[in-house]
Amino acid sequence: MDLSMGGYGAYVWTCFILAGVVLVVCEWRARLRHRRVYRDIEVRIKALGDSQ
Amino acid sequence: MWKFIHQLASPPHFYRIAQILIPWLAVPGLLLIGYGTYAGLFLAPMDYQQGDAFRIIYVHVPSAYLSMLAYMTMAVSAGIGLIWRIKLSHAVAAAAAPLGAWFTFLALATGSIWGKPMWGTWWEWGDPRLTSELIMLFLYFGYMALRGAIDDTSKADRASAVLALVGAVNVPIIHFSVEWWSSLHQGPTLIKEGGPAMDPGMLYPLLAMILGFTLVFGALLLRRVRAEVLFRERRTRWVKDLVLSGGN
Repeated sequence: MDLSMGGYGAYVWTCFILAGVVLVVCEWRARLRHRRVYRDIEVRIKALGDSQ
Repeated sequence: MWKFIHQLASPPHFYRIAQILIPWLAVPGLLLIGYGTYAGLFLAPMDYQQGDAFRIIYVHVPSAYLSMLAYMTMAVSAGIGLIWRIKLSHAVAAAAAPLGAWFTFLALATGSIWGKPMWGTWWEWGDPRLTSELIMLFLYFGYMALRGAIDDTSKADRASAVLALVGAVNVPIIHFSVEWWSSLHQGPTLIKEGGPAMDPGMLYPLLAMILGFTLVFGALLLRRVRAEVLFRERRTRWVKDLVLSGGN
């Protein structure tokens, strides 16, 4: 295993790490968006229940 | 078949089906990405011209391919929503845009990083492939900004759908730019006459990465569409029942 990638390690590893970060961020943001919408609906239903 | 498609277009049905499908796409996708990463970094033979720098192809090509796939998903869904007024289609289009923007950014960033050791420059404004890919990033930004600027969801759907459809002309330009014009970017490697111009030891990890990225994109898209459906249907009975029952 040549981790230095023949002298191109900085370029190669940066690209792979960046790809991993993008995939994690996409998953995290998708979950966050769902959680926020769900929580807003919960709050609205609770507020409607309290007012009635 | 038509009954299944008709049912799938129903938001509550789609919401449930998507939750079941997500792990079935994500798990094989991540396994393929794991294999492709290991094989691409350590098993694939070194390129005789580019040395180990060519290994950037294993993240650059899948992200560039997904940047176009996401755009086509967005444009086709927006078109279907515009013509047949299927609400779910607009939700798919809205969900595809941020993912497409992320993968376009990744394609541009990895391409730029690859360009530095190979071409001696991070960026070349005169290059048609680079410029048309950057235009696509701006189209994604424009689409999202337009959606965000209009409060009424149905008006935002229609206006952004027109933009998505007009911008779709850029996708074939990106794909064929290396054939139509003189470019620093290399020509097609996978889709060309006579089959892929790669050693099988290099090719199989690349195909695994492309398939893995596509499956993970599918899972991410479904997750985003679920959130979009929940938002659009927030005042409906089924969403109220879902939240009151503690369902997800």
